[in-house]
Amino acid sequence: MKETKASKGKKATIPRQPMPAQDSDVRRRNFDEVPLGYTPETARAEAARCLQCRKPACVEGCPVGVDIPAFIHLIKEGDFTGAIRNIWGKNALPAVCGRVCPQEIQCEGVCILAKKGDPVAIGHLERFAADYERLNGSGELPPRAEPTGKKVAVVGSGPSGLTVAGDLVQKGHDVTVLEAFHKPGGVLVYGIPEFRLPKEIVAQEINFLERQGARVECNQVVGRTVSIEELFAEGYQAVYLGVGAGLPRFLNIPGENLIGILSANEYLTRANLMKAYLFPKVDTPIPRGKHVVVLGAGNVAMDSARTAMRLGAESVKIVYRRSREEMPARAEEIHHAEEEGIEFFLLTNPTKYIGDEKGRLTGMECLRMELGEPDDSGRRRPVPVDSSEFAMDCDLAIVAVGSGANPLLTQSTPDLELNKWEYIEADPETGKTSMRGVWAGGDIVTGAATVILAMGAGRKAADSMHKYLTWGW
Amino acid sequence: MFKIVKREEMTAGSVILNEIEAPAIARKAQPGQFVILKANEDGERIPLTMAETNPDQGTITVIYMVVGKSTALFKTLQVGDSYQDVIGPLGKPTHVEKVGTVVCVGGGTGVAVLHPITRALKDIGNNVICIIGARSQDLLIMEDHMRAASHDLRVCTDDGSYGHHGFVTDVLKQVMETEDVKQVVAIGPVPMMKFVAEITKEKEVPTIVSLNPIMVDGTGMCGGCRVSIAGENKFACVDGPEFDGHQVDYDELMQRLQAYCEDEQACMDGDCLIRS
Repeated sequence: MKETKASKGKKATIPRQPMPAQDSDVRRRNFDEVPLGYTPETARAEAARCLQCRKPACVEGCPVGVDIPAFIHLIKEGDFTGAIRNIWGKNALPAVCGRVCPQEIQCEGVCILAKKGDPVAIGHLERFAADYERLNGSGELPPRAEPTGKKVAVVGSGPSGLTVAGDLVQKGHDVTVLEAFHKPGGVLVYGIPEFRLPKEIVAQEINFLERQGARVECNQVVGRTVSIEELFAEGYQAVYLGVGAGLPRFLNIPGENLIGILSANEYLTRANLMKAYLFPKVDTPIPRGKHVVVLGAGNVAMDSARTAMRLGAESVKIVYRRSREEMPARAEEIHHAEEEGIEFFLLTNPTKYIGDEKGRLTGMECLRMELGEPDDSGRRRPVPVDSSEFAMDCDLAIVAVGSGANPLLTQSTPDLELNKWEYIEADPETGKTSMRGVWAGGDIVTGAATVILAMGAGRKAADSMHKYLTWGW
Repeated sequence: MFKIVKREEMTAGSVILNEIEAPAIARKAQPGQFVILKANEDGERIPLTMAETNPDQGTITVIYMVVGKSTALFKTLQVGDSYQDVIGPLGKPTHVEKVGTVVCVGGGTGVAVLHPITRALKDIGNNVICIIGARSQDLLIMEDHMRAASHDLRVCTDDGSYGHHGFVTDVLKQVMETEDVKQVVAIGPVPMMKFVAEITKEKEVPTIVSLNPIMVDGTGMCGGCRVSIAGENKFACVDGPEFDGHQVDYDELMQRLQAYCEDEQACMDGDCLIRS
């Protein structure tokens, strides 16, 4: 049915359906998921706001090109099963992406409704479709092509590896995913906290992949337990490297090895993968700071700060040397962190950690900053304000200032060409590396980025790998 | 699952040997490398350097001292029981080279780690003198193994209950006076490695130590195992575990090893052990 101008105008007057969430006073002390999800009624009401643009900008804005107007239309019609099947055509992990994608700079950022008001809540709707299927669906698997007999190894079970595995298994290839940790999921399991992405959802996505015929082998440190050459010798015909960035950066300021200073990688791995927030019920401990400082202002910093609050901190401060505008975290995470009582010390640069005689952290020295001329990244460079030193008490500092390239795999694979930052050189269109039969994508190619960009790289590589397995290099 | 095929209490209840089925690791492991073990679903990841590997049988051997919650849990595992996860081999292998006379110094369970390195140093043609020690005779491990792996074995105990009455460092000093020592390998408690390094630094004898800081993943991802080597941060899991003994900041390492001491204490005194 053709939409009339009048009906479009009416649609735009429906307000964006708010996402119900746990109350901030309650949730700041528990690990349960914060947003509670749409009901079928709110989902259909929200879906009705979509203008069904003829040239949808949202699809262009999605790194994997989900047919957003189509699945939203199906939700509006109440065909939730149809909606999820539509999304699966482009996105193997919708329950994850609906929760962790930075929609405001992707699909929702370019939604036509955003020009005058609130964009369609595309992320919330994607999440709804995936959750509805998980809780009420038939469990029916996507169609799978006839077995090709070609063996593929996917190294790393994070978002890009899972995407490659899902795509190639559906094309009939024999896929094995090799994970270094004892549990699959990569950053979805060790990095993103339970309150933002319940681990049950990740487990179910992996299970979904296994039901389609992919094998997942944990405790396989490729580069140590087995080399890439050995994988080929074992009969694998194509290898995808999606091992993540995985080398924590520190600030390299005095006192950084005091007890009570952890990389965000370590802190979040303890909390998420090892479930240390349940210590001593589980065996892995985690430092519980009273006054916690988190250095950095990306998603990882927000996750760390909110975890510290849930572990009982009296105060949690985000310390960031630039201003609010430059904070790289998702808007929703910053908003949630503020609601939960996290304080923001912006334009503040730590210069030194202070400890006691037992080598334990007791505080930090910082400098106030102001913004100067733009730097290489195009952002205004923070410069110190003269004589602005001040001290801050803290007994736990979490360093969340980004990651570098983990050399473990690349050092043991000399044929793999690296760029000057030691990330793997891969063709941006195909993911092909300098080694025949080896593809790479995600953070080990681009440096730390987002779940969805890693999935986009995985999708392109899977297409290229399928062509190779069918027709050759 | 990784089944325990052999278990031995090497000293009265405090030092345990486990031989574990792990064919992929056994095939690849070299002296000096470590594995991470996790007993069960809720278990902690514990790094242990391998004392032995048997590629034909597909097994690896670890020897550990019961010091905290997780090793107390490991101790309850019997032959036929399994570790849920064993990951490895991790870390860089020992650089083994023919240099002449080498002294291998081991203390406590460090002796277990030292064993395959000692054997490799002997096999490549070095004259290997070995000094091992423990607090008392009943805590001494692998004496026969070490005798077989070296040309000359000296044993000491802190309390004089067996062998030389005193520390391994006393014997090391004597050996260094009479022998032309080209290299020292020291593995044991951090203070022991620190004092060995002080002695050998004076004489400018290259010294390798193997460090075992707190770590989580063992693949360079968490940075928990960072150690100061010549004033620069290194990760023991991927840059080590072996380092130039003269460059290590031992005092910082000793402090960092205490990070979770209070948590461990609370657990060991409380209910935690009851479930095992």
